[in-house]
Amino acid sequence: MLQAQGLAAFRGERLVFAGLSFAVPTGGALLLTGPNGSGKSTLLRVLAGLGRAEAGRLLWDGADALADLPSHAARVRYLGHQDAVKPGLTVAENLRFWGGADAIRRALEAVDLLRLADLPARMLSAGQKRRLAIARLAIAQAALWLLDEPTLGLDVASVARFGDLLAAHRARGGIVVAATHLPLPLESSVEFSLAATAA
Amino acid sequence: MTTFLALLARELRLSLRHGTDTLAALLFFVIAAALFPLAIGPAPETLGRIAPGIIWVCALLAALLPLDRLFGADLEDGSLDLLLLSGLPASAVAAAKAASHWLVTGVPLLLAAGPLAVMLRMPEEAIPVLLAGLLPGTVVLSLLGTAGAALVLGARRGGVLLPLLVLPLTAPVLIFGVAAADAVSGGLSARPHLLLLFALCAGALPLCPLAAGAGLRSAAE
Repeated sequence: MLQAQGLAAFRGERLVFAGLSFAVPTGGALLLTGPNGSGKSTLLRVLAGLGRAEAGRLLWDGADALADLPSHAARVRYLGHQDAVKPGLTVAENLRFWGGADAIRRALEAVDLLRLADLPARMLSAGQKRRLAIARLAIAQAALWLLDEPTLGLDVASVARFGDLLAAHRARGGIVVAATHLPLPLESSVEFSLAATAA
Repeated sequence: MTTFLALLARELRLSLRHGTDTLAALLFFVIAAALFPLAIGPAPETLGRIAPGIIWVCALLAALLPLDRLFGADLEDGSLDLLLLSGLPASAVAAAKAASHWLVTGVPLLLAAGPLAVMLRMPEEAIPVLLAGLLPGTVVLSLLGTAGAALVLGARRGGVLLPLLVLPLTAPVLIFGVAAADAVSGGLSARPHLLLLFALCAGALPLCPLAAGAGLRSAAE
């Protein structure tokens, strides 16, 4: 259970949003919508504990989540705008920090990159790099997935496979918070619009 | 601890893949030190007297070279966010970075310093003391450099700012490092200088990662 109570955040000198409150139940999904600059990415970074909330509280199962950042980080998987793929390492080596050999193989299978596992990551296309970044979500269990435009650059088949990953994650009781302009393969998600607070 | 070692292994693997960047600091050190005999003449008595200073200053400058990319590449491609979310405290991420900098830059400098000292005609009895001083000295340089690199992260022209920030802080290391080698050449004990170097190292070991961690957090915000 993820609860936000009156969150506010600045980006630089500008107040992006204030007084945001919502709750996502276990296994639930929250879809952040709103025009460019309405603070979707900023909110995701605050939820991850990377950005600072100027006001308000973030509760995880009723306890303050941001009080202990390393232990909050352990239950968060964050997929940002950037893929964080190191071009000098191979596809499999890019994942090695996050899991063991078996977990890497399963995660690469889930995004259909297994046959490219030993290729240097600089040979990958933009969509394949995105899939590699998505594989990082799947590699080890974490309760909260924070996704910033996750399907950008993915083809139809990859979006469908990503849908399977999301469904499996939610079936395990995981929570998804995603910011997007594209339709996401997320069933029964709650939409939360930041447009109203952007003014 | 496992995550810390995994991060260190990842950093070392990355340095290995970018071998030219890694070797650049070492080659800079060797070439810069080799220029001194050409500039001031090969007379052994002059060279031998200033050799500890040459080696220390060149090591200091060479250790600065890779600092620019220590966190820069991770900030640009988004890896820094993921490292901060790896479950390690930000200071542990910084400590792993400092450790990898020392292993990849500090240790090779240490290994190259011996042959260079011979080349510069340093008095034989002073060479072990020079190396004994460089051991804690390079650790302190890696730690101070990591803190500096984290602080200027995200600043425009951070690469220019970095030496201006770090070099003044390294002055005590330079002073005691050279003084230790000079003391032996002059027939005195190097012990107090070496002890002070190790004390600096013991102080920097906990403090620099804390400062660097705070810098990383604010760069990610």
